[in-house]
Amino acid sequence: MELTRRDALAALSGTGIALGSGVAALSRESVDANEAGPSLDHTLATLTAAAEVVYPNEVEGIEAFVESYSLGRVEGREGYLAGLRDAVAGLDETALSWEDARFAALAADRRDTVLRQLGVHTADEDPDGTLAERIRYYVVNELLYALYASPTGGELVGIENPQGHPGGVASYQRGPR
Amino acid sequence: MTDVCVVGAGPAGALVADRLAADGHDVTILEAGPRFDETPDTERMERSIRPGHAPTEVWDMGGPRDAYSASGPDFYPLNVARVKGVGGTTNHWQGMVYRLHEADLSGENNAPAWPLSYDDLRPYYIEAERAFGVAGASDNPYAPPREEPHPLPAFPPSHSDSLFADACESVGVTTHAAPNARNSEPYDDRAACVGYGTCKPVCASGAKYSANHTVRQAEAKGVDLVTQAPVQRFETDAAGERVTRAVYVHDGAERTIEAEQFVLAAGGVEIPRLLLLSASDAHPDGLANSSGLVGRYFHDHLFAGMGGTLDEPTRQNHVGFITTESHQFYDDPGAGTGEIPTRDGDLAPFKLEFLNYAGPSPVAMALREDTWGDELRDRLADAYGTHIAMGGLVGQPPLARNRITLDESRTDNHGNPVPDVVWEVDEKTRRTIERANEIQCAILEALGVDIEWTAGPEDTGPAYHHMGTTRMSRDPDAGVVRPDCRTHDVGNLWVASSSVFPNGGALNPTLTIGALALLCADGVDASL
Ligand SMILES: Cc1cc2nc3c(=O)[nH]c(=O)nc-3n(C[C@H](O)[C@H](O)[C@H](O)COP(=O)(O)OP(=O)(O)OC[C@H]3O[C@@H](n4cnc5c(N)ncnc54)[C@H](O)[C@@H]3O)c2cc1C
Ligand code: SF4
Repeated sequence: MELTRRDALAALSGTGIALGSGVAALSRESVDANEAGPSLDHTLATLTAAAEVVYPNEVEGIEAFVESYSLGRVEGREGYLAGLRDAVAGLDETALSWEDARFAALAADRRDTVLRQLGVHTADEDPDGTLAERIRYYVVNELLYALYASPTGGELVGIENPQGHPGGVASYQRGPR
Repeated sequence: MTDVCVVGAGPAGALVADRLAADGHDVTILEAGPRFDETPDTERMERSIRPGHAPTEVWDMGGPRDAYSASGPDFYPLNVARVKGVGGTTNHWQGMVYRLHEADLSGENNAPAWPLSYDDLRPYYIEAERAFGVAGASDNPYAPPREEPHPLPAFPPSHSDSLFADACESVGVTTHAAPNARNSEPYDDRAACVGYGTCKPVCASGAKYSANHTVRQAEAKGVDLVTQAPVQRFETDAAGERVTRAVYVHDGAERTIEAEQFVLAAGGVEIPRLLLLSASDAHPDGLANSSGLVGRYFHDHLFAGMGGTLDEPTRQNHVGFITTESHQFYDDPGAGTGEIPTRDGDLAPFKLEFLNYAGPSPVAMALREDTWGDELRDRLADAYGTHIAMGGLVGQPPLARNRITLDESRTDNHGNPVPDVVWEVDEKTRRTIERANEIQCAILEALGVDIEWTAGPEDTGPAYHHMGTTRMSRDPDAGVVRPDCRTHDVGNLWVASSSVFPNGGALNPTLTIGALALLCADGVDASL
């Protein structure tokens, strides 16, 4: 199943994001000017590395999808971006102390292990909670929301017009194909 | 001094203000809550799907402002049942809209009778339907007569409706379209439904009617809206015959507003509370409460439901609204069909709904599971796809012991005693829920559903329709307001709300609230 930038835009339209042009360029500058946390590129690489674990194997095109979605999410949202970078920094620190490498540099099965040993799989998402709860909020659930509120992700589990996606009023009337 | 001061910017207050402004009057609305335009509705939609946000967070309910008690016997979850801000609770509502039946108004379904007939309400109903943009069809043989079609065509039936249709026919149950305050096509400067599927608690496309739309129209006609301005109490002349001013808080200071006429449109709980908070020497038991009935006869509609799974795709959760219902048993709840037994005994009215959102929504479920990757995909694919369910509403009879009072032991953020919801689900309601379950079971079994859950008399819950607490009657000893919605006791104090319903039948109340708001506005207009 190939995810596209169109899927990313569709998923974004179901969040609070007003899409403008030049989103990517703007965000990169404003983020990298502030050196208090991981760079934007590294943050995106970490999200992509996490997506490779939390998305089903058959999903392709993850990097472009995650990049478009996440840049849309951080644009103009300072508080959100700070929380995201903080969660990524915490994830990296944990990976470094347990596995001697930052999260994105680990093999996929080690990434999965780090997330589970942190308890992210059983944590309730909370932007102000423990590290596991923040990673659940900013990384894992963020990625799962992007996927399963998009038509391509919905189709993986049988619903081409999932909640949060403005897929029109024809699909509810149709029978199974 | 303004002509009219309206308290509350939900649908009732919005329609009163809009109509009076159109009649050429100066109107000020005082609204306790904020305008909700600082956060985009899409962000509220995300809050509604993601588990990190409590349901009350979608519309910022809760906290000291909204403190309440629910001293029982049954618990009432008041803060999931209302929204405070421009548009009121219609920001959150589902948007199902109906006219009450003639047998509701005559008191044959639940007592007492209204002092208004269907013919009295009829011209106001069509106007309320136009204001809300109701999409509906004229195919309901049990609904009261209509003079013209609904303003918008009905949403077509869902795939699951078509599964239900055959099963219903086989047990002698007639189905028909469900009217929705939701744009099936663009209407009144609002977009058509795009299928976000999160209607309750938030529609990010504006296709679902919300009273903030009417407030905008009223403001364009010159209505003054003051937000974050909770009214604390009313003050009257010495004789207690007229309200002279409303006292409210704004920007941290107590302020007052004088008006010729005052219209209370603060919802079925805050209206009796405000009257009780306005007790004075002239009105020792609360303003306009010589009957002692302010706060009494609180009633709601109760949910009856049943569901399970089928061995074929049911295509749920594409949209968040209902397209088919059956009102066959509404006026005659005990009537049988060839396949459904007749029941004797005293039963309340009820309607049956065929849900389009049974079972899990995969995206919402994904955020709550304890795994990811292929395993999560498999769980979602297993859980989604074959759920099917029915709902229904039962009309609770109004009982004097069910009431809103003041809890003098607790105060809100302004030091006022909080409302106490004293509420119980009575025997007649429980019996009727069982009856609704019996019919739901017959239909689901005919369809071949593996029934997995029932919302019966023990696990029912309220539909969040706050009715009866300032009931209408011609007799000043038997009601708080007159048939024109003016209070019996106070010459310039009016009430626009489901609080004036003598009984609320079993149909969602807001279209009737809208009709009464327009009727009330005509009365206010005539008195100016
Ligand atoms: C989850 C849910 C689903 C619903 N679905 C449906 C449905 O499908 N169909 C239907 O018909 N009905 C439905 N309802 C009910 C419907 O929302 C209400 O009947 C309707 O909103 C009532 O309108 P109102 O103007 O009387 O009160 P509200 O909409 O509650 O508005 C009252 C306003 O008054 C303000 N206010 C309160 N106190 C004060 C004060 N002291 N000073 C100033 N302002 C004050 C409040 O802040 C609020 O904005 C639903 C309700 C809920 C909670
Ligand atoms: S399905 Fe509901 S939430 Fe979605 S656009 Fe239509 S009315 Fe709005």
